[in-house]
Amino acid sequence: MLQESKGYGVIKKWLEKKDFHPFEFQEQTWEQIMQGGSGLVNAPTGCGKTFSVFLGTLIQYINQHPNQYQSKAPGHLQLLWITPLRALAKDICRAMEAVLAELEIPWTVGIRNGDTSTSERQKQKRKVPEILIITPESLHLLLAQKDCSSVFAHVQWVAVDEWHELMGSKRGVQVELAITRLIGMQVKDKICLWGISATIGNLEEAKEVLLAPLQETGCIIRAIIDKKIEVHSIIPDEISEYPWAGHLGIKLAEKLIPIIEASNSTLIFINTRGMSETWYQTILTVAPQLAGAIALHHGSIEPELRAWVEDALHAQKLKAVVCTASLDLGVDFRPVDTVIQVGSPKGVARFLQRAGRSGHGPGEISKLYFLPTHSLELVEAAALKQAIIENKIESKDPMLLCFDVLIQYLCTLAVGEGFDANTILKEIKTSYCFADISLEEWTEILLHITQGGIALNQYDEYHKVVIENGIYKVTSRKIAMRHRMHIGTIVSDAMLKVKFLGGGYVGVIEEYFISRLDPGDVFTLAGRNLELVMIKDMDVLVRKSSAKKSIVPSWNGGRMSLTANLGAILRETFNKALVDESSIEIRSLRHLFQTQAMLSKIPRDNELLIEQIESKDGYHLLVYPFEGRQVHEAMSAILAYRIAQIMPISFSIAMNDYGFELLSDQPIPVDDSNVQELFNTENLFADIQKSINSAEMSKRKFRDIAVIGGLIFQGFPGEHKKARHLQSSAALLYKVFEEYEPDNILFRQAFRELMEQQMEEHRLRAALDRMYHSKILVCFPKQLTPLAFPIVVDGLNRNSLSSEKLEDRVKKMQEQLSKS
Amino acid sequence: MNAPILYQIQDQQCWLSAERAIFWENQSSLILSDTHFGKTGHFRKNGIGVPQAVFHEDLQRMMDLLSFFKPARLVVVGDLFHSAANLELDLFAKWRSDFTQLEMVLVKGNHDILAEHWYQEHQIKVEKAVYQLGPFQFAHDPMHTTDSHETGFLLSGHLHPGVSLSGMGKQNLHFPCFYFTKTSCILPTFSRFSGTATVKKKKDNTIFAIVNQQLIEITR
Repeated sequence: MLQESKGYGVIKKWLEKKDFHPFEFQEQTWEQIMQGGSGLVNAPTGCGKTFSVFLGTLIQYINQHPNQYQSKAPGHLQLLWITPLRALAKDICRAMEAVLAELEIPWTVGIRNGDTSTSERQKQKRKVPEILIITPESLHLLLAQKDCSSVFAHVQWVAVDEWHELMGSKRGVQVELAITRLIGMQVKDKICLWGISATIGNLEEAKEVLLAPLQETGCIIRAIIDKKIEVHSIIPDEISEYPWAGHLGIKLAEKLIPIIEASNSTLIFINTRGMSETWYQTILTVAPQLAGAIALHHGSIEPELRAWVEDALHAQKLKAVVCTASLDLGVDFRPVDTVIQVGSPKGVARFLQRAGRSGHGPGEISKLYFLPTHSLELVEAAALKQAIIENKIESKDPMLLCFDVLIQYLCTLAVGEGFDANTILKEIKTSYCFADISLEEWTEILLHITQGGIALNQYDEYHKVVIENGIYKVTSRKIAMRHRMHIGTIVSDAMLKVKFLGGGYVGVIEEYFISRLDPGDVFTLAGRNLELVMIKDMDVLVRKSSAKKSIVPSWNGGRMSLTANLGAILRETFNKALVDESSIEIRSLRHLFQTQAMLSKIPRDNELLIEQIESKDGYHLLVYPFEGRQVHEAMSAILAYRIAQIMPISFSIAMNDYGFELLSDQPIPVDDSNVQELFNTENLFADIQKSINSAEMSKRKFRDIAVIGGLIFQGFPGEHKKARHLQSSAALLYKVFEEYEPDNILFRQAFRELMEQQMEEHRLRAALDRMYHSKILVCFPKQLTPLAFPIVVDGLNRNSLSSEKLEDRVKKMQEQLSKS
Repeated sequence: MNAPILYQIQDQQCWLSAERAIFWENQSSLILSDTHFGKTGHFRKNGIGVPQAVFHEDLQRMMDLLSFFKPARLVVVGDLFHSAANLELDLFAKWRSDFTQLEMVLVKGNHDILAEHWYQEHQIKVEKAVYQLGPFQFAHDPMHTTDSHETGFLLSGHLHPGVSLSGMGKQNLHFPCFYFTKTSCILPTFSRFSGTATVKKKKDNTIFAIVNQQLIEITR
């Protein structure tokens, strides 16, 4: 049937002229699109996944208009192309425009995202392009326009690119919601919906989530393309037995230079923006000859500069680009033949994705170099290699009932054309995320946006969404404007500029990090030791410091957690320590393992190592479950809570991907006789809830929810002064809700997200059970062990839990101070 | 309400309350700072649904203090109201009309932007920068530099002072506090809907931390 159609003939002829041969999965996709089907294309980047869906829509369009497809443009939006990254849009646009021009199809292609200029927006408003390439945020912004139904009324096809990246995040939920609305706005035809996804563990579920609003099963089309990946670890010449978090990496910068020089073009992936600045500077210092041939690319760099970097990469003008996740996805830069990953990628899927950014041509090999930022990450590298051999790729769990995103969405609709509650409830219930919303929850959400929770009736003027003739609307221009400025679900940390007192720019740094420092503290940025003088507006003022000790930022990347999948492989990898040294990573860590074995033990995968150490800081209890930071945060709170039931005691809690530390000012009452009981799964549910409350763990979750749900007003440029009366911090709001309105739907969501994502009973129970039944080794090392060191030195990111009376703690602290 | 602590400033009897107030016995004056009344209302009017109960409780707490100390005068050292007028101020006004005997003085803070007549209508005497009474002077900002003819011990607010304590085992605690120097006092913010800024303990300073409705002097 496909072969006989006019559209296929036209496309086939064009491909032949260019000497292109369609892949089997592309033809399968075209066939499906021709039949009006929907589904998911599973293909790695760089093998024509864009063309699978895009050419399919053209074939179908030609079939619909066999005689007029070149003479008449439809004049309204046909294909909506949703992509998570701005960097992708331009390249996709170019590729599409080239095809359309050669086929003489008079369609226009528009781009809509945060970088789109006002004049371009206006042009799109006057004449809607046939294809619109858009980010989820900009799509919601269009839904906030008064004429949005006329824009979207005739959309035939919706493509969601990089769906594996969107699913499992709140941006994915945004896409789900937008799709329900797009379907709801169609005047006559139904929409065909196509997702494009790299390989993840649960593709079937990914398809189900995306297609839920269509209430169709759809199909998965897989591109069978065998990709060869080579992974090399960069081994430090000297490995000290004490891995210091974040310290080692920069020292290895010199080792990158020969790799960069031997390659055509190299992408250097750094886990955080702040650190990427540091790396860029460092590489220039070690290899000044690279000046002009190396560039920096991350999300907070100006759009023009980013565009320039992307163009220069295409044109092979750059030897290397230091980048963050900003270049993770999408369009290929053909000249790139080498990728360097600095620091642990924390998961197999992300690792493969980044490796795939090099060597795209058929038959080419993807080359990836792994540079550890602390020596234990070499064990992770060994584990990752093993995972790739075993093809153990993580699943992405879809998010459920994200009320913050729903509240934002409802306000978006109210700002736009307004909505009818019953219609929208029916629509959102078709989505995977909100399929199970209860009537009570829905009512509560409507009350939240119209009445703002609990109020003192006659003295309240809550005003956001109002109901006029049954339609929910935003009538205040000020509120509408403010809402538009806040559409989005990415709550990024503010970046502050670091400057010398006497002038001179040093770099940027995450507010998250700097807000934990006091004036006088010394930290490292751009390879320099700097003393914090003060924070003024959005600038951090510093002076040079000759201090030997400085705080090395444990960057936001540190908050990324090792996946459970990788954790299990990591535990097995430790079995090889000092036993099987066939892998270079394990071999090179011999010295470190020996020290660990001498002071304490190296845990095998059927063992659980617990260390009790006394230091000048106090009494440390270290536990090494190797379950990843997220699970450790949960587990450490439960353990701390259980120990605190034995006697009044206070803990400061730190964790990394390997284990966690409970630190106290008094001996911790744990020994061989009672240690196993700490991992007992009896009463687990109650203990989870109590420990969440005592450790105030939902606080961090609440921050994002408060921003997305519109409780935190971040202000916008030019309005700084006036906006100040509306500002409050997430921590303050948390306190206020906790005390005065703990039933608030957004406040409760923080708790629920924590329970579902991190403290999920089922998963914790399994982990605790494994530990309960493993051989528990309690050791009392005389000094900090290599495994303990990186956890203990992390002064930031600590949780706390106490069963002592606050007044007693204050008195004790004062006594301690008077003794010293 | 826990019993207040007597704190003598230059032979004046001052009672510090953990409810974030000072009662100056010699002049029968209750002193508050940064009440930020109407803040929740301001947020809510702008579509941010914060719980209004904070405001209600703050107001109630002020009334409790007034009935406990029975002062003749209430002095607020700035930021009495958070922003422009809103309905929450009507509740405040209703309360004001029940306490007509009480003299009320406001030393203007940066948030006090209401029109003059509003204060007049509600019998609030407004001082633009400094209010002088006996040996004390009151200003909103502690950085306020005294003119030559205004002297005396300075009571102020604005800063929202808080004190951080740290102990063994990397333990940290943070509390709002009263902050005294030899010549001045910075009051804690009265409003529960406000953050704090950390002040450091120095040798000659006295700090009282507010710990669970109790005042604890911080000696180190």
